[in-house]
Amino acid sequence: MSTLTQNYYSNIHPKRFVLWLFLGSIVMLFAGLTSAYIVRRGQGNWVEYILPDIFWASTVLILLSSITLHMAYVFHRDHKAKKYRMALGATVALGLAFVAAQYSGWMQLTDLGVRLQGNPSGAFLYVISGVHAAHLLGGVALLLIFFFKSIRRKEPVKRLMEEIDPERTLGVELLLTYWHFVGLLWLYLFIFFLYFG
Amino acid sequence: MASTDIHLHDQLGHDHHDDHHHDHHETFLTKYIFSQDHKMIARQFLITGILWAFIGVLFSVLFRLQLGWPNETFPILETLLGAWAEGGKLSPQFYYALVTMHGTIMVFFVLTAGLSGTFSNLLIPLQIGARDMASPFINMLSYWFFLLAGIIMAISLFIQTGPAAGGWTAYPPLSALGQSNLGSQLGMTLWLLSMTMFVVSSLMGGLNYIATVLNMRTKGMTMFRMPLTIWAFFFTAVLGVLSFPVLLSGCILLMFDRSLGTSFYLSDIYIGGEVLTNGAGQMIEGGSAILFQHLFWFLGHPEVYIVILPAMGMVSEVLATNSRKPIFGYHAMVYSIMAITIIAFLVWAHHMFISGMNPFVGSIFVFFTLLIAIPSAIKVFNWITTLWRGSIRFTTATLFSIGFVSLFISGGLTGLFLGNAALDIPLHDTYFVIAHFHIVMGLAAGFGLFAGVYHWYPKLFNGRMMNESLGVMHFWITFIGSYFIFWPMHYLGMTGVPRRYYEFSQFETFNKYDDLNMLISTAAILVFFAQFLFVINFFYSITKGKRMPASLNPWQGTTMEWTTPMEPGHGNWVGKIPEVYRWPYDYEVDGHGFIPQTVSDEQLKQLSKTNVHHS
Repeated sequence: MSTLTQNYYSNIHPKRFVLWLFLGSIVMLFAGLTSAYIVRRGQGNWVEYILPDIFWASTVLILLSSITLHMAYVFHRDHKAKKYRMALGATVALGLAFVAAQYSGWMQLTDLGVRLQGNPSGAFLYVISGVHAAHLLGGVALLLIFFFKSIRRKEPVKRLMEEIDPERTLGVELLLTYWHFVGLLWLYLFIFFLYFG
Repeated sequence: MASTDIHLHDQLGHDHHDDHHHDHHETFLTKYIFSQDHKMIARQFLITGILWAFIGVLFSVLFRLQLGWPNETFPILETLLGAWAEGGKLSPQFYYALVTMHGTIMVFFVLTAGLSGTFSNLLIPLQIGARDMASPFINMLSYWFFLLAGIIMAISLFIQTGPAAGGWTAYPPLSALGQSNLGSQLGMTLWLLSMTMFVVSSLMGGLNYIATVLNMRTKGMTMFRMPLTIWAFFFTAVLGVLSFPVLLSGCILLMFDRSLGTSFYLSDIYIGGEVLTNGAGQMIEGGSAILFQHLFWFLGHPEVYIVILPAMGMVSEVLATNSRKPIFGYHAMVYSIMAITIIAFLVWAHHMFISGMNPFVGSIFVFFTLLIAIPSAIKVFNWITTLWRGSIRFTTATLFSIGFVSLFISGGLTGLFLGNAALDIPLHDTYFVIAHFHIVMGLAAGFGLFAGVYHWYPKLFNGRMMNESLGVMHFWITFIGSYFIFWPMHYLGMTGVPRRYYEFSQFETFNKYDDLNMLISTAAILVFFAQFLFVINFFYSITKGKRMPASLNPWQGTTMEWTTPMEPGHGNWVGKIPEVYRWPYDYEVDGHGFIPQTVSDEQLKQLSKTNVHHS
């Protein structure tokens, strides 16, 4: 992608800035959903339930994945291609494990009788955590792109060029920001559900 | 993505583009269709917007036929619409579909995408001195998602059950249950899908506009040297980025209610005496229809400022340029826009005074609503004082700008009535509301759009200009005609005539206004046909319009877009981007007619010595 960029006024890269703004709009999406939750909860007729313990496990998984991706970023910076690739792979695995844990949490809730089609207290949990999982899967798709790009074998010079390509470095940095954000978002949602559940 | 060969270096703070050539090979596809040039994307937004405006206004003419002549039949309607107008009379179902589509199309496709999509794209890079947007690729996608939203909405016009018909606000349960209304079946699904695409488009656009304004200004272009247009586009984008996601969250919950049997908005629904059940056979309960109203209006109210702020910005620019005077109160203007942006998020519930809200909560929203009148009034004052004792050049753009100020005052004053809960409760859902928001938001923003098109047409279409005589005719018919449409509606509304009624002949209280409705409809039809003066002028001038004078600065403006070539290529300036040395409103200063932003003090001294003045 050729970007017509020049003489920036500030020292922040426009793409990084666009990402931050995008994160702001995601915050507003979830602010909308969670404030709908609070408003609706305040109106009464609200079925309460206990959050299954598996959501603690998924919280640990997503926090671990943030650590592995941060490691990938460090390995990429230090030109340790193999370790970089492995850390990316670990992040993908942890991300998918998180979604699996969420899914199993939803199934446990359904078994408890908390259904999507029922009192909105349960439906809100499914929709909000589902929309969050969709954001996480978007991140997984991006991780996979970086993962497959990192295993392409080429002649050493080209490989080196790729490794020090500023576009890729920027990409890894932006992905890291997004991934941390999605992790923090879950942490917020988890505490929110624990507190207002 | 590799279609352009202007590869500028991504290094921060470096300026390496002097040696780049701009005449590169472009195919029809890369130049006109998959273009990443912000100017081409602006044209795409504008022409798509004009197309939608034609459809949206045509729809209003169709339902005005029903309201103006409820007892007549128009065989032509049956020819055109088939089963929707059997016997030459609109079916009630289709009447509601037309009203809904008119609102949706005008608010989102015309006055959001067509207005801020066009002019943010065109003017942000040109007026701040940037070669393009922060991400031209995302900018291109923004247009393509808008087009996709439009195509989905257009498809919904042609399906058997018809388009969404529950009002542009799409309140559940009407919009949530297919049983309630034909339009709430497939039409509503497509409406939601289209709006989702539209939110994506407007987010992509908005992110780009903000990043571009904050990061890509040329040397010397400090924030407080930016033209008011840029300030307005900037805060418009901020509003959009923060409020559209909330609409999306409301739409997501509505989609779940419609398709997956949840009950976020639904509770205790009985249809034909039967209780409504979900897939599991249980009664649907526990939802709150008011919840949707909160989520909708949290976007919905900032949305009216998304519509009006770009128009305000352009009007400020056009008025200052054509009164040959500095804008009055530049900083006050900027802080007013800022204040409007902030308060815009705190007034949404004034649309919901009759929803059974706690009167104390209501009074808080009354307070903020009246508060927002202050920055609005400051802006009006500043426009008038800018015009005051100016050497006004009555170009078409000036006329439309003055028209804007007039409409904004007329419509704004009735906003004070409606913002008070005590007055809003009797006036709610009457024609008084229709009159208010059409004048202050619809017409005023439309006039801003026209002012922008007439003023910046040379920058949109290769240095050509629109015909001024046709433009002036267009203005006067539209201006007078519009007041004839909406002024009488105040009287209808004050006597309690409700909006959204198919006909009034069965209501003795209201059917005595048949003559007034006929007058309104006649004016609407006249104004509709007057728009062809604009359309003809617009499309004719693209290829045949007079070229702007050799100074390349037809209105003798100070801003940077007038320093670009007659037909700027992708990258806008040949060679180095000019630097900026002053604010954009140096008109009639020290004997100079006007001083462009790019003229430094040394150059100015040289000019004074050689006695060559700019005017």
